[in-house]
Amino acid sequence: MLDPVDRRILVASQDGLPLTATPFADLARALGLEPREVLARLRRLKEAGAIRRIAAVPNHYRLGFLANAMTVWDVEDGEVGRLGRLVGALPFVTHCYRRPRRLPDWPYNLFAMVHGRSRTETEARRREIAALLGSACRTSDVLYSTRILKKTGLRLAGEG
Amino acid sequence: MRRTDPEPEPFRPTALQRALLDRFQRELPLVPRPYAAMAEALGASEAEVIEALAGLQAAGVLARVGVTLAPNRVGASTLAAMAVPKERLAEVAALVSAFSEVDHNYEREHRFNLWFVVTAASRAEVERVLATIEARTGLPVLDLPLERPFKLDLGFPLSWN
Repeated sequence: MLDPVDRRILVASQDGLPLTATPFADLARALGLEPREVLARLRRLKEAGAIRRIAAVPNHYRLGFLANAMTVWDVEDGEVGRLGRLVGALPFVTHCYRRPRRLPDWPYNLFAMVHGRSRTETEARRREIAALLGSACRTSDVLYSTRILKKTGLRLAGEG
Repeated sequence: MRRTDPEPEPFRPTALQRALLDRFQRELPLVPRPYAAMAEALGASEAEVIEALAGLQAAGVLARVGVTLAPNRVGASTLAAMAVPKERLAEVAALVSAFSEVDHNYEREHRFNLWFVVTAASRAEVERVLATIEARTGLPVLDLPLERPFKLDLGFPLSWN
């Protein structure tokens, strides 16, 4: 899906676009490309789904969202598709995925990330998800993040 | 190891900075002068928008204005978890973070207390990284690849107080 020029553009832009009046032209200049080509390729990668978004990415901790929880649920296989879509549609859920169970250590197949300003707020949101899942959910757990040890955004290697 | 613990006092953005975060978390205009387009939408000047974004970045509120790649579209990735004995957590976390393939390494309150994303060119490469981590730490790694996304968007309403 990515040709070498796409890859160079993504590697050069994944740490952030320059905060200048013409960020794409400046990126193009640094790579020896035409500004129009950089924009056209970014648009194409976005349409093709390789880029999820090009946007201002906030650091939620610094904005006071301190209670960031990964909620995990063991949902019946026959129901997880339908219910996963409903959970994903909740406005306070930022990511929602189905992942494999790893028994006996890990019985949960549905993951939903919830951000809140306090644990009280986050717990209330967790109860909303539980109510939505109802009896299709056998067991659940919540994992609060206590430290970010590394966060750089999804990386593309510079080579290859 | 980089620590970015919650600060006791959250940053107080200006009205323009709030509006920028609310409106442009999901999508930056893909035009030659995106900050001018944002300024026009918010009734500010291009210079004010650039200055506001630079201020957010300097305060650590804005991680970046940039590209977020979709998982599993360019290569392969997985979510991995480890149950690390408390006394070994710093050592194991540093070993894991040192891999260039590792991102989003979080400590969480749970028996599985270390969670990270491994991204590489192929599934075989991802498995090689997981096996190397297991061999170097002597601890098993849970491999939880994405099977189906229900929501991928990272943006959410910030509901300013």
